[in-house]
Amino acid sequence: MLGLDKRDTKFLWIVIFLTLATPVLLQPFPEGSALAQFNAGYPDLMQRFAIFGIFAIGFNILFGLTGYLSFGHAAFLGIGSYSVVWMYKLLDYNVIWGLPLAVIMSGIFALGIGYISLRRSGIYFSILTLAFAQMSFALAYSVLTPLTNGETGLQVYTSDKQILMGATEPNSPHFFGIVMRDNFWQPNIGGWQFTFNNGYYFCAIIAIIAFYISMRIFRSPFGMMLRAVKSNQQRMSYTGLSPRPYTLAAFVISGMYAGLAGGLLASMDPLAGAERMQWTASGEVVLMTILGGAGTLLGPVLGAGFIKYFENIFSKINDNVLHGWFSFLPDGLEDFVVAVIHPFVGKGWHLTLGLLFMAVVIFLPGGLVELGQRIGRLFSRKAAEDETTADVKPAE
Amino acid sequence: MDAILLQILNGLDKGSAYALIALGLTLIFGTLGVVNFAHGALFMIGAFCSVTMQRILTISKVTIDDTKTDFLGNPLKVETPYAVDWFGPDLGSAIIDWSVPLAILLAIPVMIAIGFAMERGLIKHFYKRPHADQILVTFGLAIVLQEIIKYFYGANPIPTPAPAHFTGSFDFGVWLGFEPNAIIYPLWRLVYFIFSLIIIGAVFAFLQLTTFGMVVRAGMADRETVGLLGININKRFTIMFGIAAAVAGLAGVMYAPINSPNYHMGMDFLVLSFVVVVVGGMGSLSGAVLAGFLLGILESFASMNEIKSLIPGIDQIIIYLIAIVILLTRPRGLMGRKGVMEE
Amino acid sequence: MGILEVKGVNKRFGGLQALGNVNLSIQENTVHAIIGPNGAGKSTLLNVLVGKLIPDTGSVMFDGQSVLGRKPHEINQMGISRVFQTPEIFGDLNVMENVLIPCFAKRDGSFRMHAFESVPNEKDLIEKAEQMLIDVKMIDKRKMHAASMSRGDKRRLEMAMCLVQEPRLLLLDEPTAGMARADTNNTIDLLKEIKAKRDITMAIIEHDMHVVFSLAERITVLAQGTPLVEDSPENIKGHPKVQEAYLGQAHG
Repeated sequence: MLGLDKRDTKFLWIVIFLTLATPVLLQPFPEGSALAQFNAGYPDLMQRFAIFGIFAIGFNILFGLTGYLSFGHAAFLGIGSYSVVWMYKLLDYNVIWGLPLAVIMSGIFALGIGYISLRRSGIYFSILTLAFAQMSFALAYSVLTPLTNGETGLQVYTSDKQILMGATEPNSPHFFGIVMRDNFWQPNIGGWQFTFNNGYYFCAIIAIIAFYISMRIFRSPFGMMLRAVKSNQQRMSYTGLSPRPYTLAAFVISGMYAGLAGGLLASMDPLAGAERMQWTASGEVVLMTILGGAGTLLGPVLGAGFIKYFENIFSKINDNVLHGWFSFLPDGLEDFVVAVIHPFVGKGWHLTLGLLFMAVVIFLPGGLVELGQRIGRLFSRKAAEDETTADVKPAE
Repeated sequence: MDAILLQILNGLDKGSAYALIALGLTLIFGTLGVVNFAHGALFMIGAFCSVTMQRILTISKVTIDDTKTDFLGNPLKVETPYAVDWFGPDLGSAIIDWSVPLAILLAIPVMIAIGFAMERGLIKHFYKRPHADQILVTFGLAIVLQEIIKYFYGANPIPTPAPAHFTGSFDFGVWLGFEPNAIIYPLWRLVYFIFSLIIIGAVFAFLQLTTFGMVVRAGMADRETVGLLGININKRFTIMFGIAAAVAGLAGVMYAPINSPNYHMGMDFLVLSFVVVVVGGMGSLSGAVLAGFLLGILESFASMNEIKSLIPGIDQIIIYLIAIVILLTRPRGLMGRKGVMEE
Repeated sequence: MGILEVKGVNKRFGGLQALGNVNLSIQENTVHAIIGPNGAGKSTLLNVLVGKLIPDTGSVMFDGQSVLGRKPHEINQMGISRVFQTPEIFGDLNVMENVLIPCFAKRDGSFRMHAFESVPNEKDLIEKAEQMLIDVKMIDKRKMHAASMSRGDKRRLEMAMCLVQEPRLLLLDEPTAGMARADTNNTIDLLKEIKAKRDITMAIIEHDMHVVFSLAERITVLAQGTPLVEDSPENIKGHPKVQEAYLGQAHG
């Protein structure tokens, strides 16, 4: 189906199912229970899963396939956000104008930056992209203030023209009247509270399309060429292929994905700030991709979800929560355990993230996907062993 | 003329910091072939050595002065730093006042120890891995280090004053025959510049004049051959890593009064220092120093109002712009050896 | 008029004259070996032929067109393929993909944005690649990760990757360097088979006299950057100048 073979089609269906069922799947604990804080089925967080999933999927097309490590992709995220907010200011709150512009603008910038940066490879490429992103960040903060509104961030003011704005039109981002922040269904089923949010489903559908496109690219001759770039550029050029247009195309595509993600961020919350372009944001998408598994289809999505989930959940765990968990321990021990865990949760979430990231680079270069495969292999081997032992031991 | 001189002077202190960090970065790259994204964190830890020293020296003994009362009517609690208690009011407060320079004594062993631990515990395992992996793992380490500092010292910048002797300014203009107040330069920045020259000189002297340094330089030029000569180059490289860490740390210690230490200052400096290394030439020590000062001074020139009005925003991007131009036209950098990382 | 004409090529590296007035003509459908002692300029000459080095003076014409100043991928698209001293393959990809990539390069040119096509749908190219793998007896290894193969297999794969492009000129840079005798003989047999099956011109740069004399139809002897003689293998064997410059030295 859709130009995919059987296995990939099945895979895609699973991804579609999981994405659409997210509001239910991420809400496994009933409201009011002690574990309810681990629920992630609320709109703001789910939107982030989808948006950063798109960002990471795009980044993976560049880094995962060609091996070129860009440290400046956040610039495109910012460009996407600014494009969308500008369309709000000039036309109206319908995201249909902003999102295509976000993709086009980030594509144009990616073409320019990529054309120059790809003249070098390895660490020099990383530093060039980093330099470009930092430049964009610095300019957005200072000289480009008329375009970016500097430190305050770009937002819609009542004085803005909004020439297409109708009288009955919603006063927040919407897609032909479907208001992003509204929930279309909020059932409460036996203590379980589910939230079905317009914005999430809008992002989710775009994320599925983005995933599908990346899947096609992975399976295409173009994707094979990108892997060839990573593997051996010398052989590639002696095979009559010019590596640079391939890498440039990958760079532009991943830049457009980043722009789309940035545009969606502004579609959920009509704001765009320069800090979105800072290099720590570029570092974040690198973390997501590596953590999930660079070069795999699903890895970046898993990584994005993992990081965003734990960022939200971990940072909510404070000492009271910890004391609640370990109240079964004797007092002295309880205090000790809480004191040990304390630096890693709450505000210390980044410490956990840094340690986790180091551990992944050191022990698990394939990321979560590799972990899954290893565990899978372990089980299948066990299962196989069980079968053989079952064979040797006849029924008694 | 005096305006130009002033800008050159203004560029020197930042340039010194760039040069010192870049020196360590390029030393590590040249000897170990490792791209260390955690080097900025070492600079930051150095700056927090100053903070720590200040805190240690002001640890106080609490005594109760029965003759006075506080505003609630209770006997007044008087905090006397142990330093004052032990050494008397004059020497004691002088010691506290000099906590930043004294922090050097603390920083050297601490930084060398951290450097050794980093190299033996982590970097060693990444010699044979691709540069991308090295960048990634040291990036993770940088996050960890900065979060640890944040945990202990909080997220806000901590003012760490220089000794009172150096808080004033020095009127360069008078000295050079210009009008008074034409070129005024804070004394501590002058100290920082001279200090960094001493450190740079010491590193170069160490590499040029000692046999240890000779072996390391030979190793930078051709690691395999040196290894074949039966010299244990790895042990020396570990020591080199410790030295590079100490250089970055010392740069941080003395920088504390210029810019109140905060946990993310390392990252801020790292990006720029990397640019400095690239402009100077990967693995070139003199290139790093030259480019450090050069970029510091250019940055200061670009922030002149005359230039900013000509090209708006140039002060924000000049360093990156130069890096891009250099990378595209002369990828080995200003002083890089031919063939080193040119691809 | 040969398929490859090298005329008056000079190349200096600082004070060293690497190539001095090299004239060479490789005839279509022959196996032409270029031999010479170490430092004779064989590798420099090869790098000139594939566009990696640009000579100071002189011309290199392939089929009437100059190759000078062209990029390696352009020269390959003209019909020149190269086998390296240490096999250069796509180690992260499997054997089948390794052979498919040159098929795409041959059909689509140096760049094509086929991001929405699917590899399994390219039946013609897959068939072609499979046939090639059968020819080099590697069809059973088609799913294998290329980097995990033995050196001999990598060499075989590299040749398959070059041959599947149906090049008009195949350049081989010491194809048996560092190989055991058995592997060397296998390689010779493979090359002989290839030559028997199709019209192809080969230029071999080689150290191993056994390889040279089993394959070559013409031999050029290079010494100190200049061609000493060019003749048939029989005549080269007894040539006094060659004995002096090369064999004498090698055995002496």
